[in-house]
Amino acid sequence: MDSIIDRRHNPKGRSLGNRQRFVRRARSHIRRAVKENLRDRPVTDSESGENVSIPADDVHEPGFVQDTRAGEHRRVLPRNREFHEGDRIPRPSGGGGGGGSEGSEEGEGEDNFTFVLTREEFLDIFFEDLALPDMVKQRIAAETAPVPRRAGFTKDGPPNRMNLVRTMHNSMARRVALGRPGMGALNALEYELERLRNGEIQPADGQSAERRIAEIEETLERYARRRKQVPYIDPIDLRYNHFETVQRPIAQAVMFCLMDVSASMDEDMKDLAKRFFMLLHLFLKRQYERVEVVFIRHTQHAEEVDEENFFHGRQTGGTVVSSAFAETLRIVEERYPIDDWNLYLAQASDGDDAPSDIKRCTDLLTEKVLPICQYVAYVEIARDPGGRRSLPAQSELWDAYEPLTAEHHHFATRRIQRPSDIYPVFRDLFRKDSVTQ
Amino acid sequence: MPTASPLFEGADWTLSSLDKIHEAVTHVGVDELGLELYRNRIEIITSEQMLDAYASIGLPHMYSHWSFGKRFAQQEMLYRKGVVGLALEMIVNSDPSVCYLMEENSASAQATVLAHAAMGHNHFFRNNRVFREWTDAKAILDYAQFARDYVARCEERFGPDEVERTLDAAHALQDQGVDRTAWHRRHSVAHERERIAARRRHERESESEFWRAVSSSPKAEGEPVDVDRQAEVRSLALPEENILYFIEKHSPGLKDWQRELVRIVRSLSAYFEPQRQTKMMNEGCACWCHFTIMHRLREKGLLTEGAMLEFLHLHSQVVAQPDYDDQRFSSINPYALGFAMTRDIERICTEPTDEDREWFPDIAGNGLPLETLKRAWSDFRDESFVRQFLSPRVMRQFHLFRLDDDPADDHYRVGAIHDDRGYRRVRSALADEYDPGETRPRIEVTDADLRGSRQLRLEHRVRAGRTLDALEARRTLRHAARLWGYPVVLKEIDEHDDSVLATYSETAS
Repeated sequence: MDSIIDRRHNPKGRSLGNRQRFVRRARSHIRRAVKENLRDRPVTDSESGENVSIPADDVHEPGFVQDTRAGEHRRVLPRNREFHEGDRIPRPSGGGGGGGSEGSEEGEGEDNFTFVLTREEFLDIFFEDLALPDMVKQRIAAETAPVPRRAGFTKDGPPNRMNLVRTMHNSMARRVALGRPGMGALNALEYELERLRNGEIQPADGQSAERRIAEIEETLERYARRRKQVPYIDPIDLRYNHFETVQRPIAQAVMFCLMDVSASMDEDMKDLAKRFFMLLHLFLKRQYERVEVVFIRHTQHAEEVDEENFFHGRQTGGTVVSSAFAETLRIVEERYPIDDWNLYLAQASDGDDAPSDIKRCTDLLTEKVLPICQYVAYVEIARDPGGRRSLPAQSELWDAYEPLTAEHHHFATRRIQRPSDIYPVFRDLFRKDSVTQ
Repeated sequence: MPTASPLFEGADWTLSSLDKIHEAVTHVGVDELGLELYRNRIEIITSEQMLDAYASIGLPHMYSHWSFGKRFAQQEMLYRKGVVGLALEMIVNSDPSVCYLMEENSASAQATVLAHAAMGHNHFFRNNRVFREWTDAKAILDYAQFARDYVARCEERFGPDEVERTLDAAHALQDQGVDRTAWHRRHSVAHERERIAARRRHERESESEFWRAVSSSPKAEGEPVDVDRQAEVRSLALPEENILYFIEKHSPGLKDWQRELVRIVRSLSAYFEPQRQTKMMNEGCACWCHFTIMHRLREKGLLTEGAMLEFLHLHSQVVAQPDYDDQRFSSINPYALGFAMTRDIERICTEPTDEDREWFPDIAGNGLPLETLKRAWSDFRDESFVRQFLSPRVMRQFHLFRLDDDPADDHYRVGAIHDDRGYRRVRSALADEYDPGETRPRIEVTDADLRGSRQLRLEHRVRAGRTLDALEARRTLRHAARLWGYPVVLKEIDEHDDSVLATYSETAS
């Protein structure tokens, strides 16, 4: 007999193992594609999976096939409209195959193989060689403490979780429904019985005392039986409070991107800063369920802007770095209570600052900013050394910041000169803490 | 004349209404059309599970290999981007036959798909000669499970990388893992040794003194024949077209578990071969079944008008044939041609024209369409089916024409069209296209020196100058050498003048 089976609830993802094998095999190519891809992504777009296109070499499955361009071929095609036997049709230029689209161009330059990496796969590869510093791990683990939450009632549980109200509620309903005689009725009968026996009262309906006594005794006996049959509390009445442990969604972080946009920062330098911010964002995104990004740019005064303006807006002016800290503190005050948010701050600058401002900067940093932040990184973008002049001596800002790193484990400074520095610097930043701990 | 109430209203279905649909479809299929079926096991699956099924090429179990992951990744991307839709169903050639239905299908689509796969394909699997000879429907599910477990065990013992290397190499040769032209008996060395000895004994005994005196051939007195060597060479049964088989049996470089892996790839390749050889007929049979059964259900009043319209829409999409210069065109749609030919045979049996009587004297007007179709479904494959049954009428309907591509000419030439002069040539050319012996490269093992250099020699008999793609040939040969463990040489030899067109050689790395 035929059978119809509903398989919809069977586990899906049977191909997952094969998919992982495939990704592993194509890993080196995928890694390259992922890094290429980084350039064109907006900072906050790490949600989507990745369209990855890799050369088909490693994942090519060869076989003996005929060269579509060699030798004679005959093909039968449908829907002839105008041809007669013997007609000659010019070969399409490029010498491709017949009317169809068969036959890929051969040679090493084969068609690329395009597919979608899931976000998880993408990030796995992206942070593949990046060790998580212990400090960050611990802190993050503390952020998502499991919290018990009421989740209704169960019929089973430990005695200390018993819910008396619910249990008695059930018990009473059952006793009423099954007619269990209550203590009140019992006591009244016993009292009457006693008085009858002592001759204090006579039955009201005129029957003899003896008969009434026998009647009451019988009732009492029936009541006792009934009370045994219907217990006061039955196991089915029991209800227990039930708790589920849930991860309280407090694992959220806000990331402040501070950048100097004064005239001294050119497009290339901004691009370097952008890539750094992006890495940090991706990295945090992996640790927290929610990551918000705040962009603050500053010249002589600071303002919060959107991403587009942050990276592409043009503005010139002097430089007062402390204004950015002040703006940060204002925003924290306003929107991100420090009890609920993990604060990360990354500052990118070329290190130019008004000499008078430097003291204010370090004061703000040590007294206000560092105590509330999980991690603060200062990245100094140096000019391309291949360019006009050799690297200048460290900026004054750098000189002022540098000593602070010794006192504060979660403050780090690094310099970036070229794109290839970003990864090492990024790794370095996070490694430093694990070393000092 | 509608007499019954419809099986379903609207697009929704439930398991119980599906049961009713299945019953009605089976009633028409089995009791009225007399289809002979394997038992059906119908499984409802989601689109994700369908993608999974795609990746494991339809079998419920499949061993693990990255290439299936690649297929999955690609299908998934195409599906998510909306480039391709998913099949409405998928059916496994097994006993019982496993038939997957997508949950997204509407009730009308489910009825169509049941008639198509659970009736049409099922009947074809069970009755077609190619399937009966090549596949063992009862054993395939167990075998696939065995293969999966065996590969997993090997990965545990010898490491995934080793297993992957062997499977990669075997996959490269899987098209050469099929006995395509003939199923020949293979003999063991012992058997061959005995046979040669018996023949020599017979020669000696029947030799008369008289003939020896007349023609004292020097050969008879020559060096002693190495019977062992002869037996060995004969037992190799060269030339051998099934390269994977040859490697599995004779490769000096393979370990036992690797031999078993090669065998698994070869067995599954052989299992799928009939599907390649009968694709067009199989779909034609299934389309004819759904078309006939759905119309029959409508006649009985079991389908609403809406369901019928939806069915017709679906059907016309399935059997659409894009023009040769249309962007969507890749080849002749097997559903379209198969369905058209099947309907045409039905017509020839019942309402033949004079032309049909001339072309098909043995079936024209025989009044037995069902019997004629069943005979065709059981005895033919695509190539012979076209050669036998493609009628001028269908060629006209499809406006078929033959395009010749000769590299010496800078123009294509129209070789034949759908007219009196061209019918037979078009038909023959189309049949050739469906003939695996004609379209796939013919590569054989011609020699294997098992005692000396251990070199394996392959030969490609090149037809009409159609040489192998050089890069692919080198890559594939590298895999062959990996399996053989010693040098492998491939020569491309022109079929007509025996000239060598190309030589490739790879050593095991």
